[in-house]
Amino acid sequence: MTDAQPAAGPAKPAAGHQGNGPRYFWLRAWQALQPVLNRLLSAWRRSLQLRVATSTALVTGVVVLLIGLFLISQIGSGVLKAKRESSIAQATLGQDAATSQFAGLSPGDLNGIRQAVDQITADTAATAGVTDLYSRVVLSTDDAVNAVLTVRQPIPRSLRREVEKGAVAMQYAKVRVGNSEQPGLIVGQPMNTSAGAFELYYLFPLTAEQQTLNLVRQTVLVAGLALVLLVAVIATLVTRWVVLPVRVAAQTAERLASGDLAQRIPVSGEDDIALLGTSFNDMAISLQQQIQRLEKLSRLQQRFTSDVSHELRTPLTTIRMAGELLYASRADFAPELARSAELLNNELDRFESLLAELLEISRYDAGVASLEAERVDVLGIVERAVQASEVLARRHQVQLLALVGNQPVLAELDARRVERILRNLIGNALDHAEGRPVEVTVGYDQDTVAISVRDYGVGLRPGEAALVFNRFWRGDPSRSRLTGGTGLGLAISLEDARLHNGWLQAWGERGKGSVFRLTLPRTAGDTVTSSPLPLVPAPVVPYVVRPAYPPATDEAGNAEVHR
Amino acid sequence: MKPRVLVVDDDSSLAEMLGIVLRSDGFEPAFVPDGSRALAAFREVKPDIVLLDLMLPGASGIDVCRSIRAESGTPIIMLTAKTDTVDVVLGLESGADDYVVKPFKPKELTARMRARLRRYDDAGGETLTIGPPNSPVSIDVPAHQVVRDGKQISLTPLEFDLLVALARKPRQVFTREVLLEQVWGYRHAADTRLVNVHVQRLRSKVERDPERPEVVLTVRGVGYKAGPP
Repeated sequence: MTDAQPAAGPAKPAAGHQGNGPRYFWLRAWQALQPVLNRLLSAWRRSLQLRVATSTALVTGVVVLLIGLFLISQIGSGVLKAKRESSIAQATLGQDAATSQFAGLSPGDLNGIRQAVDQITADTAATAGVTDLYSRVVLSTDDAVNAVLTVRQPIPRSLRREVEKGAVAMQYAKVRVGNSEQPGLIVGQPMNTSAGAFELYYLFPLTAEQQTLNLVRQTVLVAGLALVLLVAVIATLVTRWVVLPVRVAAQTAERLASGDLAQRIPVSGEDDIALLGTSFNDMAISLQQQIQRLEKLSRLQQRFTSDVSHELRTPLTTIRMAGELLYASRADFAPELARSAELLNNELDRFESLLAELLEISRYDAGVASLEAERVDVLGIVERAVQASEVLARRHQVQLLALVGNQPVLAELDARRVERILRNLIGNALDHAEGRPVEVTVGYDQDTVAISVRDYGVGLRPGEAALVFNRFWRGDPSRSRLTGGTGLGLAISLEDARLHNGWLQAWGERGKGSVFRLTLPRTAGDTVTSSPLPLVPAPVVPYVVRPAYPPATDEAGNAEVHR
Repeated sequence: MKPRVLVVDDDSSLAEMLGIVLRSDGFEPAFVPDGSRALAAFREVKPDIVLLDLMLPGASGIDVCRSIRAESGTPIIMLTAKTDTVDVVLGLESGADDYVVKPFKPKELTARMRARLRRYDDAGGETLTIGPPNSPVSIDVPAHQVVRDGKQISLTPLEFDLLVALARKPRQVFTREVLLEQVWGYRHAADTRLVNVHVQRLRSKVERDPERPEVVLTVRGVGYKAGPP
């Protein structure tokens, strides 16, 4: 899951920002955060449980937040509304008592006015200590009068302006209680007395209401958090119930896929999850049965081919010996009988090689072919294969040339199989050479060794290069063959090459001949990625038969021609 | 005198055909179609060479091979329809000297038989010594005797030939192909497992510790050679 990971690595700060610029700090912070972020992202992508729990918690959180805010604002406004109404009632009630204090006073009697105001404001001292504490402030519209008055609490300008207009007004403002300021409500009203126009303010601290609201807020917060947590836990548990069986199913499916067909999901109960498990197990059982049936069939088939090949061998031996005996004494027979003995002998050869190849290919089909690799000189194998094909070459009247260097080319190979491949390829080339030479070339590099067999004969039609390795494939059914090829040779050669982890490829063009190239790793178990020899020869020129074939030179310049 | 051949094969047609071929090639064949009677027939006929089918009713060819080998070094050539490594190696390990895969040509079979019957009888009074100086192996070629540490070692003719071939040229390394030609008489390259199996059998008789050979040494990637005298 590293596909989303950005190209990490020690990003070097640009010259000039050496070490301590703010950009460098952010860069460092980003670099430090990135792995954590990546891990989180990958966990997010991988865990359905995490996603479900997180998103459920988020949605619940938003809903709980909205409900909480609504509750708090509703409760807050309700509490304040009641307070406001009681405050106005109290203030209105107190006005007459306050007005009476000014009775008989003239506007100029500053001393009297001060005493009256002190009297009014002092009343509140009696109520100190009571929860529903309030205080009063009296102000004159005349600032000269205000100068002699004791004002214990500041009154906001805006409120005063409202009251001066002659109406009852109120405002939320800070109120001094003792040494601290508390949120409070101030109710103001105009007061007309014989001593002039005054304003009477009632100040109600909202401490109690504030406490109530705080309590409500805390309760809502705690309840909300608990609810979100609860929902997250529930979501985690519920997804776990669903995800766990799914994980078990996935693991079981993986084991099934890797070949352990006996794997089943443990099923308990009768719910949907159990249904999933039951269906899955049914599928596994059916798969297992099918595969076992096919395996059995395939084993029977291979066993049959192998048995037939073996059982045929004993009678074939008797026939072979009888045929040889007849063939050896054919000089004493009448011409028809002598020819029959010859035909019998030739066809027995062909029958025998077909049987051997059938057995070989059944061994490949059964998967019991094993590579017996040894460190050997490839040139030795090539030489043996060429020598073994000399008789056939003479019969075809075809020149067989081995273009090999003189340095030994060591490689870890199964010599028997490689020689068989080469004899097959050479025999095939001789069959199709039409009298033109056949060249065997060896090339090698550090890791691979390649042997190509080139003929200048009939060649291949387009598309046939892929077909030549098919079992019993015949390029041109009308062509007669001297070797009496079985049609399995190239198929076996391909299997032999594959057993070496090698390549066997064909190229051919109509009338220009063909190339079969075998490329093998020089170390057993390695794979081939390129070949030291070209598959398609260049330039492609039709071969002209000349009276004497000039000595050929290989790429390295070491000319060595074997005849 | 014609060499006597015991043919152990349950297929009557093949046995009859083998009889015709062997007689016309100068052998004197005797037949037994059943594995369980093979050993009795062997004692009675006292053949010079045994042709043994691996798949037999009664006792298996492998068992017959073991019981004959237990009392005699007479050359045994297996006739087998199987070329699978395991079967061939099992047959060779149970004591067979060589094997021929069905279907074989008559000439191929008689050539294999003649190679096994051919003896080293040209060397007069030759005695060879190989192996470590403190415990050498001395080979008395005409007497067909091998002695090490004062004890006589009993080898089959094939094992003896293999040892003599190596001992005659103590410094030379023999490839498996060369040994196949010299000891088994193969002209073309054949199954090199023959050599490997018989070298193991030879070592188990002449070496003090077959895991660390001193007499028949392996030359990695090439073949075998005799230990220095």
